[in-house]
Amino acid sequence: MTALSVQNLSKTFTMHLRDGVVLPVVANVNFHVEPGECVVLGGPSGAGKSSILKMVYGNYGVDAGAITIQHHGEAVDLATADPRTVLTLRRDSIGYVSQFLRTVPRVSALDVVAEPLVIRGVDKTEAQGRARELLARLNLPERLWSLPPATFSGGEQQRVNIARGFITDHPVLLLDEPTASLDATNRAVVVAMIGEKKAQGVALLGIFHDEEVRAQVADRIIDVTAFAPRIAA
Amino acid sequence: MTTEQPLLRVSNLAKYYGSRLGCADVSFELWPGEVLAIVGESGSGKTTLLNSLSATLEPSAGETLYRMRDGQWRNIYDLSEAERRFLVRTDWGFVHQNPADGLRMTVSAGANVGERLMAVGDRHYGNIRATALDWLGRVEIAADRIDDQPRSFSGGMRQRLQIARNLVTGPRLVFMDEPTGGLDVSVQARLLDLLRGLVGELGLAAIVVTHDLAVARLLSHRMMVMKDGHVIEAGLTDRVLDDPREPYTQLLVSSILQV
Repeated sequence: MTALSVQNLSKTFTMHLRDGVVLPVVANVNFHVEPGECVVLGGPSGAGKSSILKMVYGNYGVDAGAITIQHHGEAVDLATADPRTVLTLRRDSIGYVSQFLRTVPRVSALDVVAEPLVIRGVDKTEAQGRARELLARLNLPERLWSLPPATFSGGEQQRVNIARGFITDHPVLLLDEPTASLDATNRAVVVAMIGEKKAQGVALLGIFHDEEVRAQVADRIIDVTAFAPRIAA
Repeated sequence: MTTEQPLLRVSNLAKYYGSRLGCADVSFELWPGEVLAIVGESGSGKTTLLNSLSATLEPSAGETLYRMRDGQWRNIYDLSEAERRFLVRTDWGFVHQNPADGLRMTVSAGANVGERLMAVGDRHYGNIRATALDWLGRVEIAADRIDDQPRSFSGGMRQRLQIARNLVTGPRLVFMDEPTGGLDVSVQARLLDLLRGLVGELGLAAIVVTHDLAVARLLSHRMMVMKDGHVIEAGLTDRVLDDPREPYTQLLVSSILQV
């Protein structure tokens, strides 16, 4: 069963503060991701790759189209779902590793990573145990675990963010350039972790600018420029 | 979010002050465990709406139905005075912007927390004091301040005490009016972290009025943007903040200062 399917999706931004100028982003986006597959969105900057990921996660609204996600054995359209349903989908069925970590004052790296499990009702000690394993695997120095990540370097924050995204067993996982600020050692760790997710049957949809990483993880590449909206004259 | 029924159902709520509009056409449902932020500039009707929802200010039109602990749906303005007071003192909390509005400034911190317990029938002094002490700890107020009056507390401590006083009875719904307003940023961060933890841990539903979009982002699942007494945009908090649709929401979001 297809884990994620996107049909006829289109998106424009209307910039009301700029005299209502309309920016078409993408149109007629169609693709699907099967369990155990890593599909990569390709194309130059500004082609709409991140916008597509944000629509699939519900951060951006859509003008038209459907985003169908398998949720507890049922196909749910996230594009038209109410906020409560979107939150349930995010809790149980779709995960997202954003490009940048949104830090919360005073919350330790360990708790940032453990949080998605705690929200799902996992015991806090157990969730922290899982968080420790992931942070250790991603080579984040142990002395940082109890600190809030706000002051961490870009690469350290990104590893916290990856650990947070990978800690759950969401059947669909979105990755927005997860290796952008990592060194070769940690890039290899992330590539291995993506491989394990695929082996577990997770459907992954990602953006990877690093060609080497992309070649290692991608089963298919979707050229996003094919979804460029035709500008009305 | 496992419960299958909302906690609060609001339909077509309106409040006029004479001929002047406070808020109008407000309809929404709030579910257990859900935090709703109401944002908008001063004078947009946020506080009027909050007061109308919390049985503080009788609306001019519309209905606010609340699911009582016994499962009955009741219109909060049809409750008897005794029922309403019981609701306000036990099943609901109200965190005011100014802690002096929600605390009794001339009784001890312990008594401020204990008073709400007594309202639900607890009479055992030892239990009340122990629970008060536990709650002071949860809001990070040192145990040796239990006999001090909140007059001697800093603004941040007073606000944390107000939160303890409200949460001690295990309410299902908490109203907050600019809970971090008037506090300096480091104190705000501490309070936000505390609120975020408690709301998640206790599975509270909350309605938070704030003009601070960062507060809304951190605390709420869903938000409503108000302007001139009307809800002009509503949705999932990060959808509204990342992809604002309405001109006014775009203005609000683009006005946030980057640090």
